[in-house]
Amino acid sequence: MSNIIETKGLTFSYPQEEGEAVTLALNGVELSIERGSFVVILGHNGSGKSTLAKHFNAVLLPTGGQVLVEGLDTADEALLLEIRRRVGMVFQNPDNQIVANVVEEDVAFGPENLGVPTEEIRARVDAALRSVGMEPFTLHAPHMLSGGQKQRIAIAGVLAMEPGCIVLDEATAMLDPSGRREVLEAVERMNREKGITILLITHHMDEAVNASRVIVMDHGQVALDGPPKAVLPQVDRLRELGLTAPATVELLSRLRRDGWQVPLDALSVEDCAAAILAGLAK
Amino acid sequence: MEPIIKVEHLTHTYGEGTPFCRSAVKDVDLTIYKGEFLGIIGHTGSGKSTLIQHLNGLLRPTAGTVRLAGEDIWADPKAIRKVRFRVGLVFQYPEYQLFEETVYKDIAFGPRNMALSEEEIDRRVRQAAAFAGVREELLEKSPFELSGGQKRRVAIAGVIAMEPEVLILDEPSAGLDPAGRESLLRNIRQYHRASGNTVVLVSHSMDEIAENVDRIIVLADAGVAMEGTPHEVFSRAEKLEAAGLSVPQVTKVAMALRRLGVDIDPAVYTVGDLELALQPLRRRDAPC
Repeated sequence: MSNIIETKGLTFSYPQEEGEAVTLALNGVELSIERGSFVVILGHNGSGKSTLAKHFNAVLLPTGGQVLVEGLDTADEALLLEIRRRVGMVFQNPDNQIVANVVEEDVAFGPENLGVPTEEIRARVDAALRSVGMEPFTLHAPHMLSGGQKQRIAIAGVLAMEPGCIVLDEATAMLDPSGRREVLEAVERMNREKGITILLITHHMDEAVNASRVIVMDHGQVALDGPPKAVLPQVDRLRELGLTAPATVELLSRLRRDGWQVPLDALSVEDCAAAILAGLAK
Repeated sequence: MEPIIKVEHLTHTYGEGTPFCRSAVKDVDLTIYKGEFLGIIGHTGSGKSTLIQHLNGLLRPTAGTVRLAGEDIWADPKAIRKVRFRVGLVFQYPEYQLFEETVYKDIAFGPRNMALSEEEIDRRVRQAAAFAGVREELLEKSPFELSGGQKRRVAIAGVIAMEPEVLILDEPSAGLDPAGRESLLRNIRQYHRASGNTVVLVSHSMDEIAENVDRIIVLADAGVAMEGTPHEVFSRAEKLEAAGLSVPQVTKVAMALRRLGVDIDPAVYTVGDLELALQPLRRRDAPC
């Protein structure tokens, strides 16, 4: 499978005050993101995960190394529009990314700027609003909506540009559980049905359970990288990295300490319950 | 138990007379007791933010009353400022509200407006900083040099420094990483124990509520949907899910086990509880 994004020896440091020591927010990150994959990036505050995410569509540019989006170097200013067309970004705070006075106009803003024909824009806006469950609010004013609703509008705005890859930088952090579920279902559907690559930066460990790959960042470097069943059962290592294992893994690991014969990688609620049932008889 | 806040038939309607007219809170009755650690939970748009802004008089009811220690807080609208000293409200993302030159001055802002002596202000600033987990050496720094998590603690200290009888925190852990979340909640629990004051934690994280509070009020569709101890509330997990809330992961595992025919209390809500509940079910003596 081909890679949609590659980073080569990526380093980044934020501008320093004079005399202050340079701290690297990213320190030699080598990553290849496969087209069509669903990648969850975890890490404590300050681990560099958001800094990394902002390199994927040239919001930040490397101070060392390279980021390639479908082979296009993000450091080349002439390619900026092409790169942002391919990789859409959704940020944490929806108030910073809503531009219009009417919901549908806000969602149409992206495709309009790409020169998409009017009828096509209509269809894209409707489809995008439908997939985030915001259709009933098409003609509402965004500032009258709740935080969670606004975030779903922002996500619809990116979906309407039909990018090959969507980066969600803690985009679910401000949503309630049902809002989070709706957003996750929407991006999972985009990934499954349209093959859009998803990079989800989050603090919620349970969002990593269904990913195809989990990356844990620490001190600007990749600390863990692999499928969820390989990464999430590492209870102690995750704790060292400032994270907690999903509740299912936490429970299974405690039961093992009590002498149960249960696997640690039964991550989903159903798998965990089945593993416990099997463990009861052993 | 003695009530500290009583809400009676509270209704609040936004945008009256416009096409967007909507009652965010409708005919709500509820009581908050002195010294308790209460959790208020509800999905986005359930009316929880609107409700808590009534508790310290930031919003005035469209109908109904809010009583603090028995007295209608709007009996004398000019005295509403005093209510805000007694009921401290920490908003979502409070770190955006810091403005002073130093952390110390920011925390001192509330007490200073209460016309206290310098010694009393100093005592309160240091005590509140300790409660909120703001280290002594940060007090003389500019709040804008701090990390997001530290800023949030400074903002919380600023409210604690007013020594409110009721401390209300709206989503205090939103956006923090798991370790930061645990540590902040530990500070809040310690504050509750040490001060004996009432604490109200507003959250949409079931896990967070389950692990911290004595009593839960569930809001849904602009009203109170459920009320009780965590055990009582989580034993009606299906009803919670119907209210647009998800139950803790651990409760979900217990529910799944019941569906598989395991006789287990579905109202467990912490990893430790489920671990304990499972032990007696295991056939230890089974031949290998």
